[in-house]
Amino acid sequence: MKKIILSILLVNLLAACATQKPKETASEPAAAPAATQAADTGTAQAAQTTTAADAAAAAAAAAAAAVPEVRSVYFPFDVDAVQEADRATVQKHGEYLGKNKDVKVRVEGNADERGSTEYNLALGQRRANNVKKMLILSGAAASQIETVSYGEEKPRCTEHNESCWSQNRRADIVYLSK
Amino acid sequence: MRLLGAILLLCFSCSARAELTIEITGAGEHQIPISLVRFAGEEQMGAQAVSSVVSNDLLRTGLFKMIDPAGKLPHEPGEVNYVEWPGVEALIIGQVRPLDGGRTEVRFRLLDMVRRTELIGLAVTAKNEQIRAIGHRIADLVYEKLTGSPGVFSTRIAYVNREGRKYRLVVADSDGYGEQTLLALNEPIMSPAWSPDGSQLAYVSFERGHATIFVQSLLTSQRSMLADFSGSNSAPAWSPDGKQLAMVLSRDGSSQLYIVRSDGKDLHRITFSETIDTEPVFSPDGKFLLFTSDRGGSAQIYRVPVEGGHAERLTFEGANNFSPRFSPDGKSFVFSHFVDGVFYIAVQDFANQQMQVLTGGGWEKKPSFAPNGKLVLFATESQGRGILATVSSDGRVKQKMVAQRGDIREPIWGPFLK
Repeated sequence: MKKIILSILLVNLLAACATQKPKETASEPAAAPAATQAADTGTAQAAQTTTAADAAAAAAAAAAAAVPEVRSVYFPFDVDAVQEADRATVQKHGEYLGKNKDVKVRVEGNADERGSTEYNLALGQRRANNVKKMLILSGAAASQIETVSYGEEKPRCTEHNESCWSQNRRADIVYLSK
Repeated sequence: MRLLGAILLLCFSCSARAELTIEITGAGEHQIPISLVRFAGEEQMGAQAVSSVVSNDLLRTGLFKMIDPAGKLPHEPGEVNYVEWPGVEALIIGQVRPLDGGRTEVRFRLLDMVRRTELIGLAVTAKNEQIRAIGHRIADLVYEKLTGSPGVFSTRIAYVNREGRKYRLVVADSDGYGEQTLLALNEPIMSPAWSPDGSQLAYVSFERGHATIFVQSLLTSQRSMLADFSGSNSAPAWSPDGKQLAMVLSRDGSSQLYIVRSDGKDLHRITFSETIDTEPVFSPDGKFLLFTSDRGGSAQIYRVPVEGGHAERLTFEGANNFSPRFSPDGKSFVFSHFVDGVFYIAVQDFANQQMQVLTGGGWEKKPSFAPNGKLVLFATESQGRGILATVSSDGRVKQKMVAQRGDIREPIWGPFLK
């Protein structure tokens, strides 16, 4: 359900962007966090965001332009490879960056708390590095991408359970304002 | 011996300056029965009294059984009637006297009640605000005289205190009192590491947006950047002579071990794996590094010569093992042992390769030995908060230190001060 709604959202946005110039798309990052969070926290909110985006009409959609909306990818425990389900997400960002060479991103790797802080810092770095590699394979230039790991230091969720941990095993693609 | 398995609760909350509540469980196998008479001049004092500091320090080791003086109040050897102290092997007596200029004089004696002789006598003066330091010093002397090992009560510990998004790098006395904040940031601080002389801390800070390594003097608070390459710069560890640091850089891809001079020069790479290599720590003889690596498919402890080369896997039990640290004598190492979703503190002997779990399990991470090798300090959790804990190196005596605010993480026990 979530995926379907997000796909519709993406299609809408892609359609909107077709008429936009790249320069206008790059100044958009401020609108991103709400949509990203909605994508992570569930169907209901994602639906709301869609409605909100619709309500904001052409203006907002046009501003969001071609930057792919899903900006987080998730990993199994102690795994750093981008998962099959997330490949398309990362590839869309790579393609976008390939077409917009003046746009830069920071890939932020995170880990859950099961491990030492240092091991998790290294694991988050590998997650970020692997997303970066896939972005490059999809058309981005290395110079457009910086990586950082926060390890287990900046958890999105702080409880000791799998539903929390699964949210924290994550890499975020953050678009940087110029 | 009779206290074996008993639970002692020492609550310092009666003191307005209390920062920690300390809870001790268990007892040593052979407890030495001793007695301490509250020093003359301390009748009106609480937990800040020198004799209270001494008593609490000794109790925390689990090696002593404190016998109540039962109303007897000798303060000088001439006032001690030896036949009145059956079963007491050693007696601590003393006097505290205020001097002019905000100073205090403390005289103390340790008496051997079996041989009826004086083992130590000492008179020291100090500024009033250093009175706890005198207590720790006396406890060190008593501990060494009665157990044969140097005491660690005068040493210091470092840790990170996290409250929401606020991180503080903190140095405190070994009993958690006397907290000093070295650095306060709204970004994460990780992995403090003591220089061998105790004058500096290396640590990881995110203040530049990613993990970078700083070195900070405890005397002047001056700090300098040791490593700020692209990617993560982390896990600093000093060589025993203080001239080099091992650290982890991800500038070439995955996290790998490097060694650099303490002035930041002569950087060279030690490991060449395509996997995670992290948490290096020098052996006491400076010849080897222990580190954590997932090169075998799961995070385990390895050992490699400092010049690099073949890395030998040391741990095989449990799902994962993290954060190794050598014992001061180099004969064993302590680490965080992860099995069935639970972290334990474990120690492993190099000679027989036997692993011994020291604790009951929980969120137990980042163990480090006290400089006398008798205690292990680590981070754990109590009622949802990160706290400090210690366990004796034989696993018998456990202690929790609960701070009044924030989560305590990343503790590390400092060296003996020269």
